[in-house]
Amino acid sequence: MRVSRKLVLLVLMLFALGVLAGCSSKQEGGDKAGGDKAAVETIPVGINVELSGDLASYGSNSRNGMVLAIEEINQAGGVLGKELKAIERDCQSKPDEAMNNSAALVGEKVIAQLGPLTSGAVAGSTPVMMQNKTPLIAPAATAENVTVEEKTGKTLDYIFRVCYLDADQAKRMAEFALNDLKVKNAVIFGSTSDDYAKGLAKYFEEAFIAGGGEIVAKEGYVNGDKDFKATLTKLRSKNPEFIYVPGYYTEVALLIKQARDLDIKVPIGGGDGWDSPDMVKVAGVEALNNTYFANHYSVEDPSPTISSFVKAYEAKYKKLPDSFAALGYDSAKILAQAINDAGEADPAKVAQALAQIKDFPGITGTMSINEKHNPVKKIVVIEYKDGKLVSR
Amino acid sequence: MEKKRFVPRSFLIEVLVLAGIFTLVQYLIVSGLLNEYYQINLSAMCINIILAVSLNLINGFTGQLSLGHAGFMAVGAYAAVVVTTIYSQSFILGLLAACLAAGLAGLIIGVPTLRLKGDYLAIATLGFGEIIRVILQNIDFIGGPAGILGIPRYSTWPWLFGLTIFTIVIIANLINSSYGRAIISVREDEVASELMGINTTNYKVLAFVIGALFAGLAGALYAHYFYIIKPSTFNFLKSFDILVIVVLGGLGSTTGAVIAAIFVTMLTAALQTFPAIRMVLYAVILVVVMVYRPQGLMGNKEWGRRTFGRIWGEKNEPLANK
Repeated sequence: MRVSRKLVLLVLMLFALGVLAGCSSKQEGGDKAGGDKAAVETIPVGINVELSGDLASYGSNSRNGMVLAIEEINQAGGVLGKELKAIERDCQSKPDEAMNNSAALVGEKVIAQLGPLTSGAVAGSTPVMMQNKTPLIAPAATAENVTVEEKTGKTLDYIFRVCYLDADQAKRMAEFALNDLKVKNAVIFGSTSDDYAKGLAKYFEEAFIAGGGEIVAKEGYVNGDKDFKATLTKLRSKNPEFIYVPGYYTEVALLIKQARDLDIKVPIGGGDGWDSPDMVKVAGVEALNNTYFANHYSVEDPSPTISSFVKAYEAKYKKLPDSFAALGYDSAKILAQAINDAGEADPAKVAQALAQIKDFPGITGTMSINEKHNPVKKIVVIEYKDGKLVSR
Repeated sequence: MEKKRFVPRSFLIEVLVLAGIFTLVQYLIVSGLLNEYYQINLSAMCINIILAVSLNLINGFTGQLSLGHAGFMAVGAYAAVVVTTIYSQSFILGLLAACLAAGLAGLIIGVPTLRLKGDYLAIATLGFGEIIRVILQNIDFIGGPAGILGIPRYSTWPWLFGLTIFTIVIIANLINSSYGRAIISVREDEVASELMGINTTNYKVLAFVIGALFAGLAGALYAHYFYIIKPSTFNFLKSFDILVIVVLGGLGSTTGAVIAAIFVTMLTAALQTFPAIRMVLYAVILVVVMVYRPQGLMGNKEWGRRTFGRIWGEKNEPLANK
């Protein structure tokens, strides 16, 4: 009995150690991006993203973008003569943890919070940010009700985002098909397993019909499907001029390959779920010709701002920045701009300045924040041309 | 020997201590000394205690390995939110709806599955939890995969504290009643207790339904604290989190469940910035506890039996102990 009591003590001490370790290193964690000059006055910026859980890869890329932006801002002299200091928190892809983190960040008097990525986690943070009058910039939350109050439709004063909405990208693709590709009818063949693809299909249909086009057939697949030939054969009989495939690259790549095998040569379009280096690997260079997708930005865009961002990111993290990295980068940069505009590091004034942002030159497009706190920007359509990404 | 009193002195002391804790925290909140971050973790602590204590009734005292606790929590959370947010009724009605719905779900799932034993029951309840989540995901009325936003924050400290104590008192008293003895006898030896004339299925279902009911209560409190619920919050990892607390505290010890719930919540909060270390540390602690103390931190011992285990009833025998 005495032995086991000692062991209980041991375990309890382990617990205590763990808690202490967590507390003491918490303070060190913050300085990673802020530089080591303690003498310089700093403005704390909260980063609250998915560093573990289902969306860890997206979250950490986004965080990398944010940290890179903050480093660049500090190297260029900071904002208002002060350095930005990142305080990182992991929301584990959960709304309740996101809220918990926001409360902790607000307690550390951050000027604003960047992240989380998903709409659900942003919704968890929202009440805390609203209560404490501190702005939140969501890099990639695409649900319509993120920036507005659910019941009244009123814009939430402190919640902003830098990504386009799903309705916008579907509309852009519909317009691109109608105006640039000059097609008159289309079929939709998308995933029915998630809200993202279902939403895109719905918005595309609305915009395409509104633009004078005709949807001749609608088909669906389930995430995880490997064989699309039966449905594709059926669609081929309708002689469509365009195929819209909202979904993720895992299925889309196979689908496109099989479509081309079946001699379906018409243009195929989709959304940002296509964005992956695996597309070319799976579908092949040949099959991807004459396919287009709407995206946040193109990593191969030759413009100087984008290429210097890509270079800096690659040098620091040894990989190419994806859309989440670019959006994270933009969210930090737009915050710096707003702090400068506000003229003082006061969260409420920064929120007002954010709402007034006009023609901000971001990686993901030149954007202005509209009255619903969504960015208005030109969405890039990317064409696969012999395995290369070409912006249209 | 203690002189027989109508109300034992130690009972009074424990009530005073609890009242003291409650008043102190309430004062700190009202005066603004306790910032929001600590308040959130305190609330999470209360919710975890309710979940752990109720799962402990099923897993620890009845000896039935259930992995579907998050499912019942989800039923309770959604039932309460439908009542308070969609139909704009009062919080009390929401809580009642949550308990009823989760208890009913416990009954529906318990009657067929509790005839199974060991692994089979674990798999069946695991499956059930996932079924609930998938069903919730596909009902558009309650938001589908995106869930429900903008839930009013009704779960204040008095509610959380009161209902946590309520849960502990009810479950500890249940364990110390004749029902509790029957329930424990099922855990110790099902065949022997059946020979003694105990309807084991009945008692298993009873414990299961009560456990589910309190999980539903915790779900309702959770939903009205964190403003948003969505099906993916209640996946099987959530069930696993609760199970970890129960195993850590000691299967069959309400005190252990409470202490472990407090520890785990604090640990999670402290290690928030270090997700990788947190998971490793979790695992290390579990392994260490299981190797050196397979019965959990508290084994099946209890503290404070006077208050929690004996508001009514006879001499204070530790019934939960073998």
